[in-house]
Amino acid sequence: MPAIFTPKVITANALLEGDVVYLTQDDTWSRHLKDADVLTDEADAQIRLIDASARTSEVVGVYLADVSADAKGPKPTHFREAFRMRGPSNYPHGKQSEVF
Amino acid sequence: MYRYTDFDAAFVAERNAQFRAQVERRIDGSLTEDEFKPLRLMNGLYLQLHAYMLRVAIPYGTLSSAQMRQLAYIAERWDKGYGHFTTRQNIQFNWPQLRDVPDMLDALAEVQMHAIQTSGNTIRNVTADHFAGAAADEIADPRPVAELIRQWSTDHPEFQFLPRKFKIAVTGSPNDRAVTKAHDIGLRMVRNDAGEPGFEVIVGGGLGRTPMIGKVVRDFLPEADLLPYLEAVVSVWNLLGRRDNKYKSRIKITVHEHGIDDIRARVEERFALLRPAFIGVDQQLFAQIKPDFAPPAFKDRDTAPFDQAYSNDPVFRSWADTNLSAHRAPGHAIAQISLKAHGATPGDATADQMRVMADLAERYGYDELRISHEQNVVLPHVHKADLPAIHAALKAAGLATANIGKISDIIACPGMDYCALATARSIPIAQEIATRFDQLKLEHEVGDLKIKISGCINACGHHHVGHIGILGLDRAGVENYQITLGGDHTETAAIGQRTGPGFSADEIVPAIERIVDTYLSERDSADEAFIDTFRRVGMTPFKTALYGESDKKQKAA
Repeated sequence: MPAIFTPKVITANALLEGDVVYLTQDDTWSRHLKDADVLTDEADAQIRLIDASARTSEVVGVYLADVSADAKGPKPTHFREAFRMRGPSNYPHGKQSEVF
Repeated sequence: MYRYTDFDAAFVAERNAQFRAQVERRIDGSLTEDEFKPLRLMNGLYLQLHAYMLRVAIPYGTLSSAQMRQLAYIAERWDKGYGHFTTRQNIQFNWPQLRDVPDMLDALAEVQMHAIQTSGNTIRNVTADHFAGAAADEIADPRPVAELIRQWSTDHPEFQFLPRKFKIAVTGSPNDRAVTKAHDIGLRMVRNDAGEPGFEVIVGGGLGRTPMIGKVVRDFLPEADLLPYLEAVVSVWNLLGRRDNKYKSRIKITVHEHGIDDIRARVEERFALLRPAFIGVDQQLFAQIKPDFAPPAFKDRDTAPFDQAYSNDPVFRSWADTNLSAHRAPGHAIAQISLKAHGATPGDATADQMRVMADLAERYGYDELRISHEQNVVLPHVHKADLPAIHAALKAAGLATANIGKISDIIACPGMDYCALATARSIPIAQEIATRFDQLKLEHEVGDLKIKISGCINACGHHHVGHIGILGLDRAGVENYQITLGGDHTETAAIGQRTGPGFSADEIVPAIERIVDTYLSERDSADEAFIDTFRRVGMTPFKTALYGESDKKQKAA
């Protein structure tokens, strides 16, 4: 039996700044997970991943990250993605820290 | 200190110009990321979790005040106002932007620094005893040797695509402060029975996934044979090393799989071929390098200001007792500046702090600073009479923490707060342990105790050789911390033993507290250090403290 496809977002690092970025519904890159397009269909996710990976002049290291999604938007399911979203825990200067 | 020759300056300038063009070509799309990545890594530029990271070599840990000031400038101009000193005597800038990196490299070149070979499968920054040229127990200053090795290994055409990275450390003292037994090659400067200088060559040490203590491959190598012998070792491994599996590619695995006797025989055979090719140019270079490391003209002065402050000021006394080490020159001391203020990030210094340290080195310390593998800064040569003023200046800059070698002087890798390879965080664990023991006011009661924390199996935080080692792992999506006890990073190097199942982030600090309580109740006197008590009583009482009696062990998992 194939594994059940869990919701995902497409994430990467911005080429110039290195910032964590997420792919939005209209195929732009956002610094905020709340803007990310939550992908629930596996075939769609794979196609979007291939297209996003081709945008090498904008981003580096594109991949699908697991999220849980409810009415408030996507949330990371793994602590690594939570840290990528928030920035480091030792200084309050993570690029996403202002969101919280 | 070593000064760049015209050749060195031209070489670094050319590399920087090449890299500037490579960055431009990456940005304009002429280079793909796959093409660019090995180029940026050759120049010390990583892409981490949140940003790029530039790793700059501090050769054998030695810095001048001008160099330290330039690091402060770079931190402010292109980063977020601080830098992170690492366990391999490098500094890492955590927030550079790609376009700015060529300018950062040019700024480094202005003070004779670079980031070449701080990454990639090459011979990395050669590290040395951070007390080099100052320690009372030293046979010879290891830095001329380290500089010679740096010149030989930088851009060495045969060694740019090794099976894996390769790390060399040198010590000139029998008391090993350079962790030589955990390096691919460790060199101990020794003298033979005839009094001639040479090296004990240790090979195949390393931490990481498969920790190994290095083995002696040559017990006495004459000084003039150093480079051909190193070349023989690296070239034997370059051919034998496992390129099929990166977990088995380091020389420690090659030595383990072939056995030290087989490796020794191959190295000697290769050495016999290579030795005649070294016709003495290396020794001429070595002779030119040596005067650059001549000791300063130490002045003999009255130490009364020190003695007075020592008897009158308990804060100064505590700092002096903890952070000073014996210097070879009368009236002088080696002063360690702790970058481990309780609750701060181990190894981080702000630009302002860097400038304070640079000023102190210039004014009182013969213009020299050192970075230790324990992530602290050292003023290697200071007169005791100046120490009260130095301490006051450090105090004003938040740099006078009296904890060198104590429980809060923790080595911690950046962990998952920064590193893309990490499996768990290290920094918050270090911060919590330091804060907790400061609250308990137990630090000085506990005495010498090295805690070393790594956020993944690669062991940048040296956890295997910590008296208490902590390894952060991802266990089913939750941060989990394994503890090892009994590790030793010195000349009596040993790999720590695992206590048992790991602990969650919430449980790890109480677990460390139970270990320390056990030590305090088991030690035979206040003079018995943690590591000695552990060696005497073994693992059992610590295991019981952590997990209860053996029948309860299962629950702790």
